[in-house]
Amino acid sequence: MTLEVILAPLMGGGLIGLAATLLLLTHGRIAGISGICGGVLGDRTADSSWKVAFLVGLVVAGLIAFTQQPEAFEYGEDRSLAAVAVAGLLVGVGTSVGSGCTSGHGVCGISRMSMRSIVATCTFMVAGALAVFVINHLLGGAL
Amino acid sequence: MSRLLAALLIGAIFGAGLVISGMTLPSKVIGFLDFAGDWDPALMFVMVGAIGVHMGTRWLVLRRDQPLFDEGFVSGLATHIDGRLIGGAVLFGLGWGLAGYCPGPAIVSVGVGGATAWTFVGTMLLGMLVARRL
Repeated sequence: MTLEVILAPLMGGGLIGLAATLLLLTHGRIAGISGICGGVLGDRTADSSWKVAFLVGLVVAGLIAFTQQPEAFEYGEDRSLAAVAVAGLLVGVGTSVGSGCTSGHGVCGISRMSMRSIVATCTFMVAGALAVFVINHLLGGAL
Repeated sequence: MSRLLAALLIGAIFGAGLVISGMTLPSKVIGFLDFAGDWDPALMFVMVGAIGVHMGTRWLVLRRDQPLFDEGFVSGLATHIDGRLIGGAVLFGLGWGLAGYCPGPAIVSVGVGGATAWTFVGTMLLGMLVARRL
């Protein structure tokens, strides 16, 4: 395992943690992407506009990054579009019912030592590993 | 205006972090979840970096009386562990392992990731709308 393999994820992760702290500093809110995303779907509230701005920031970061480093993105050769569509639906329903995803429960929740978020994070990691085990090792990797 | 600009900039920093850490590559996420295969530890280091920085700095922010652009810090966050939390996390995890995308990286990829990212984000939004009725 080279240093670069560890350093890039650590630094990228550090930026994610910094962004979460900055959102707390400016808006006083938890940087949970599924919550922010779901928050713009319903009726307009006082928070709708900054949530949209945050999501636009995510997309803009992707566009800028793509011009510098197109190999940082993938087009999902491993999974069929039908499988991806089902996955999106599961993630949308699951993060709404379970009140969070990798950022809200995983990063922010664990950072404040919330037992609820630790339980959620362990649960979705195990479920994710189970899905990958079934697909990659029982179904031969393609779906 | 500065409230929106700050949110835009913070979203961009968050997105840059996801790209730099390799999380916009579904194959890396699937590689992390593939404990029986050629395991890729990258996501573990992402979590260590993110939690390390956030845990190490959030307390400084919380010493303030209020955030810069709002009346107060979010409070009354749920603490209960129930069937909805577990069931939701199971569904999310299954979808995460199936596509290799979670909400953040998928949204970051929506402008450049092609049909995969559009499809994922489209059905994810649909799922969020459906879940409101559950």
